[in-house]
Amino acid sequence: MVYIIVFLPLLGSVLSGFFGRYIGSKSSEIITCLCVSISACLSLLIFYKVIYHDYTNHVIIAKWIESGTLNVNWSIYVDPLSALMLVVVTLISAIVHIYSVGYMSHDPHKPRFMSYLSLFTFAMLMLVTADNFIQLFFGWEGVGVCSYLLIGFWFKKNTANSAAIKAFLVNRVGDFGLALGIFLIFYFFGTVNYIDVFEAIKTIENKDIVFLGLNFNAINTICVLLFIGAMGKSAQIFLHTWLPDAMEGPTPVSALIHAATMVTAGVFLVVRCSPVYEYSPLALTLITIVGMTTALFAASIALVQNDIKKIIAYSTCSQLGYMFFATGVGAYNVAMFHLFTHAFFKALLFLGSGSVIHAMNNEQDINFMGGIKSKLPYTYTYMIIGTLALTGFPLLSGFYSKDAIIEFAFLKGSYVGYFAAFIGVMTAFLTSIYSWRLIFKTFHGKYNNNQINFDKVHESPPTMLLPLIILTIGAIFAGYLFKDLLISESSSIEFWKSSIFYLEPLSNEHPPLWFLLTTPLLVIISIPLSYVLFLKNTNITKYLAETNKPLYTFLKNKWFFDEFYEYILIKPCKSAGHLFWKKIDNLFIDRFGPDGISLLIKKFSQKAVKFQSGYIYQYAFIMLLGFSVFLTILIIK
Amino acid sequence: MNFPILSSLILLPFIGSLFIFFIRATEKNYTAKYVALFITTANLILSLYLWVIFDKNISAFQFIEEKNWLLGIINYKVGIDGISILFVLLTTFITPICIISVNSTIKYRIKDFLIAILLMESLMIGVFCSLDLVIFYLFFEGGLIPMFLIIGIWGGDRRVYSAFKFFLYTLLGSVLMLVAIISIYWITGTTDVEQLYEIGIAENYQNLLWLAFFSSFAVKTPMWPVHTWLPDAHVEAPTAGSVLLAAILLKMAGYGFIRFSIGLFPLASAYFAPLVFVLSIIAIIYTSLVALMQDDMKKLIAYSSVAHMGFVTLGIFTMTQQGIEGSIFQMISHGLISAALFLCVGVLYERKHTRLINNYGGIVSIMPRYSVVFMIFTLGAVGLPGTTGFIGEFLILIGAFKKNFLVAILASIGVILSAAYMLWLYRRVIFGEITNINLKGMLDLKRSESIILYSIAILTLLFGFYPDPLFKTISFSVSNFIENYNQNLAISIVSK
Repeated sequence: MVYIIVFLPLLGSVLSGFFGRYIGSKSSEIITCLCVSISACLSLLIFYKVIYHDYTNHVIIAKWIESGTLNVNWSIYVDPLSALMLVVVTLISAIVHIYSVGYMSHDPHKPRFMSYLSLFTFAMLMLVTADNFIQLFFGWEGVGVCSYLLIGFWFKKNTANSAAIKAFLVNRVGDFGLALGIFLIFYFFGTVNYIDVFEAIKTIENKDIVFLGLNFNAINTICVLLFIGAMGKSAQIFLHTWLPDAMEGPTPVSALIHAATMVTAGVFLVVRCSPVYEYSPLALTLITIVGMTTALFAASIALVQNDIKKIIAYSTCSQLGYMFFATGVGAYNVAMFHLFTHAFFKALLFLGSGSVIHAMNNEQDINFMGGIKSKLPYTYTYMIIGTLALTGFPLLSGFYSKDAIIEFAFLKGSYVGYFAAFIGVMTAFLTSIYSWRLIFKTFHGKYNNNQINFDKVHESPPTMLLPLIILTIGAIFAGYLFKDLLISESSSIEFWKSSIFYLEPLSNEHPPLWFLLTTPLLVIISIPLSYVLFLKNTNITKYLAETNKPLYTFLKNKWFFDEFYEYILIKPCKSAGHLFWKKIDNLFIDRFGPDGISLLIKKFSQKAVKFQSGYIYQYAFIMLLGFSVFLTILIIK
Repeated sequence: MNFPILSSLILLPFIGSLFIFFIRATEKNYTAKYVALFITTANLILSLYLWVIFDKNISAFQFIEEKNWLLGIINYKVGIDGISILFVLLTTFITPICIISVNSTIKYRIKDFLIAILLMESLMIGVFCSLDLVIFYLFFEGGLIPMFLIIGIWGGDRRVYSAFKFFLYTLLGSVLMLVAIISIYWITGTTDVEQLYEIGIAENYQNLLWLAFFSSFAVKTPMWPVHTWLPDAHVEAPTAGSVLLAAILLKMAGYGFIRFSIGLFPLASAYFAPLVFVLSIIAIIYTSLVALMQDDMKKLIAYSSVAHMGFVTLGIFTMTQQGIEGSIFQMISHGLISAALFLCVGVLYERKHTRLINNYGGIVSIMPRYSVVFMIFTLGAVGLPGTTGFIGEFLILIGAFKKNFLVAILASIGVILSAAYMLWLYRRVIFGEITNINLKGMLDLKRSESIILYSIAILTLLFGFYPDPLFKTISFSVSNFIENYNQNLAISIVSK
């Protein structure tokens, strides 16, 4: 059964990719949707078996690399953690497949699009079902490529192409860290299989590596390197710049890859490696700091963006930050729970915004929308529910997962924990503000678009609304239904078992009541607040923007990260390349190397030619000269 | 004595070239082409058969043939082990592909061109099979001549300059190697590689001899800073020439490093390994940056070859199982992928007669199939898991990590850079709107082009997902090789 789950999407991808031209776009849609849906159903079945029958499975498909002591297999490894990921990946993927049928209906390259989506699903499944780090790396890079292909799907758009390359390269920087982490793991453990590594972790607890004369603790180094990989994939601060740009791709792609599945791979990696991370308090602290910084920083940028998808993209960044600081404070299961609920409501928001964009003829700027709720009643409703879930409105899914993260951070008891909890609350408030800003500016107020006639704005077809309904159900109930299973006090015994490792059990206490109430209160207050700010009295925001001009520009330009990288990385690389090529290769090596030598020989032979003048007296003179020199030497000796 | 299979492999193309020499030149030269194709395919099949009957579970040389030549001073001795057989296979696989590609790329003196390619094949197989230093040298240097002619006769505008640059560089290095071979004969009284492995060469000679061999191999690899002939040679060479050059000629040096530099002079190799590391690292980063700035497609790929070969030399001198196996794998992989990339450039060049990146753009809308295969090879060059490129690089880096963290980390930066220049190239050529109206009406891959590109693509993916057949072939020989190396090192330490 696990074979079918993993390989059916690949089959769909191959059929639709290579034979799409012959079987037509209709049949390739049906094939890919069917393949992924079947694998989603089977995943749910597996998940059910995992919950009630303690199902685990470890299949070795084939040998991959065998070199000396390095043994790597293609494998499928199903434990509670990967079963949960299987559900998230295949379910969201199936929904997005169906949605794409409607969304991409006018696109001539639909088979190619469906093929990429399925291929992505396959790569993601290989990632989550790996039993070793190298197969994980395969999936890791595989999803990167699919993301590259899908971001650049509209290949005529120059911005899309640049965004695609940027996504791949920034991810490569992360992968560089991940790869080094894997090398170190192999160096210390002589194996890359999870089980063996996790078992042997204690043996290297006190080992150091010496690099450039400095001593580093082995476990800390491994953890930090792996985390760099996770930062790249999950768009954490410093390596986040690709994610907002990636919104150039079609919206279903943003929902599937850049919200629900691929970007959460980093969180998955850290949770998967919990047996290693538990021995590295330093790395965990680093993760907490990076996570909360990202959460706050991305939310601050989202406040002032105008592109509907970019707002949601920054929101994703911010939510991923939450997941990371959950892992950082040791609450791995809560991170996974937030990953699970987030997949639903974030995919919902993306697909909802896709529906808006579809209706508005590819307009993405929320300043040119407004008042369209009467035209898009269904989309409006779903988006509201998605927003409520995202902001953590009581009883919706985000409420359970996000508040749990903040609580665990608080319960951690350390300074970092308190600080993280504080940032978490702040960010929750900001999240709520920017989300409602999006809703109010898009759906309420006056219609602001001169390009498109208001009457032409239309609700989306059923193939697009049906997926939204499923996601809406998920966004409402996923938190309530699964909270006991995934994050209750007994969850680690009943569900997670050995897939998540805790050095010390998580705290069972409850935070004080005032703290529990803070977040929901802020979230609820923010609704009327943003109503006033963005709808009733827009002068206040204008006034704020004008009085705090530097801050506003700073946020508007996304903290100037892109410009910074352009200046310190891209330009120097290009000029170095130019210098090496023109100056060193051409002017130095060639000039003194081959060209120099041939010139020298030429000059020398020109000189030598003069000896052969053809005049007897010159030859005779030279002979005489040579003879006398020879004689002189003999005599002196 | 058994059927002399290795000699047949070497002689078959040679006989074929004689045959073609006597065929009357017609306008289309169909007969000559079919003869060449037939001969090379026969050779491919023969070498596959050789692979099947090759015993993968022993590390010694197999299929040894020995003939006295020139009054017993020079021995004709050939034989293969797990390391060399893959290179023989690579040669016999790439040559028919070159022959097929001739169809669309060479316009004049086709007969002579075919002769040159067949002679090349003979000499290359000779290089990988020879077990005697003298005949190795003959084959190794003999390979220069057809290549020199291929560049000089069928090349582009600056072909004469490039051909001479190529010749000058490579010959200069080889002269020293010849001197070294002669001195080995003086020191030990034999040039038989197997015997030399056994008796070893005294420690005090090793460093000098190693340097002499190194000067030849470094130029051929090419390593920084003697790499500047390669971009020029590639740019001027016709497609088939570039393919041979990138896929096989460069591999002779990598093979030479393993078989001779380390095999004959283990102590010197250990002594000089840091030097090789430094040069390899420079090659990887430096040439990647240079590749980033190129506006000529062929030059870009040529520079990327230098970077990829930098990985190879790095891996070889880690002297670890993963490093050396990775290097061999990387050479095979680079042989396939760079050959395919040059063929891809050739496809465009043949249609529009320009290699400048700026003249293209938006190809995907008119040549979709071409874009797909080009994408596969681009990803292969980037070292994506699932292609052969990944396995080679990954193993090399693992090997390097065991030796020196800094070296491995610096080399890993090359992996980021390779993604940058390859994807940027792909984007500028394939994606975007068609800005150059001349491009409209370009035809997608022809049948012959599809056959060769698809077949390489299939191999790239096949061995990327299931490289086991290759690893099985080399693992015994490599582990035995490393054992010998370590023994030699241990003995020398004890004696001190």
